Amino acid sequence: MSSPFSINGGACVAMVGKDCVAIACDLRLGLQALTVSNNFPKIFQYGDVFLGLTGLATDVSTVSDLFRYKVNMYRLREERNIAPSTFANLVSSSLYERRFGPYFVSPVVAGLDPKSGRPFICGFDSIGCIDFAKDFIVSGTASEQLFGMCESLWEPDLGPDDLFETISQALLSAVDRDALSGWGAHVYIVEKDKVTKRLLKGRQD
Amino acid sequence: MEVLLGITGKDFTLIAASKAAMRGATILKASDDKTRQLNKHTLVAFAGEAGDTIQFSEYIQANAQLYSMRNESDLSPSALAHYVRGELASSLRSRKPYNVNLLLGGVDPITHKPSLFWLDYLAALAPVPYAAHGYAQYYCLSILDKHHHPDMTLVQGIKVLEMCTDELKRRLPIDFKGMTVKAVTKDGVRDIEFNDDKVVKCA
Repeated sequence: MSSPFSINGGACVAMVGKDCVAIACDLRLGLQALTVSNNFPKIFQYGDVFLGLTGLATDVSTVSDLFRYKVNMYRLREERNIAPSTFANLVSSSLYERRFGPYFVSPVVAGLDPKSGRPFICGFDSIGCIDFAKDFIVSGTASEQLFGMCESLWEPDLGPDDLFETISQALLSAVDRDALSGWGAHVYIVEKDKVTKRLLKGRQD
Repeated sequence: MEVLLGITGKDFTLIAASKAAMRGATILKASDDKTRQLNKHTLVAFAGEAGDTIQFSEYIQANAQLYSMRNESDLSPSALAHYVRGELASSLRSRKPYNVNLLLGGVDPITHKPSLFWLDYLAALAPVPYAAHGYAQYYCLSILDKHHHPDMTLVQGIKVLEMCTDELKRRLPIDFKGMTVKAVTKDGVRDIEFNDDKVVKCA
């Protein structure tokens, strides 16, 4: 209960579809069992790449600010947006820099490869070990519930609309069984040349 | 048992802090002001470890005022909140972190939109319509959930604040010696007369 990863609570999930990816998070910020805010998004957009961060809220802010800075510097140097796989390696090496005093976050990266258009998702532990996946990535205090929901709902080659339905039902059902997550959700559906962001109200208890 | 409360309304942000300066179980002072004004439109209230609170809040106050003098323009409450979070976050991973919880309230000098930020000693920052720190959270947030409205007037805001302080007087085991109440509007920070002598009977 006093692990830094479960003080503030929160959940995040990413899924692969047919020529599209989806990433979603809840909106709760709490202190143990007390909810302080129901407007604390955990997904951040850097150009065409999406980063979901769950864990200690202070590190969610610190790490998201840090990568905003690093990605902006990359864009100025390279005069192009960062690719998801490049960004994943940047996340990995940046987290490992703090090997013996880590940021208490479990990041998730999602995006489409700018050249091939192939979906890319991956997750990390707090010291930067990359977990590549062809199907879905989960993180946060509801990760066990999310694993169960994703295993039963996800199937290969879902179109953008079906993928939205799948990821939304997986997240909403998972956070309803977790006391530290929920209070609304943000869902991003990423297609070639199109990003759709939807706000889900969810259960407000 | 320090109490910090913040409420936003249609065109104002109310900040209230308990008047008791305590050391252990002893009340050293019953007229303490736990707030600092950062610039014309922004106010912070703070609670936490004795030396850290004043040191940290006056440090950010000095830096906010230096910015205003150098640039002949004030930072917005949102900009200041993120600056304060940055300072607190770097302190968190230092040898001796500041142990300070803050509420930062203000009115945007350009859009006149009121805002309130909840910031704890871990430097977790959340923009909120109303907030409290410490034990007051457990008593007041549910009252504010029921009675707060985003477009309420200052008079209504003070009424809801009084419901909160009444409940605290009823339930907290230690007297917090009443509240200093300040309102931030587009015209700046103003002290609000608040009746501390009202006796609230236990249920």
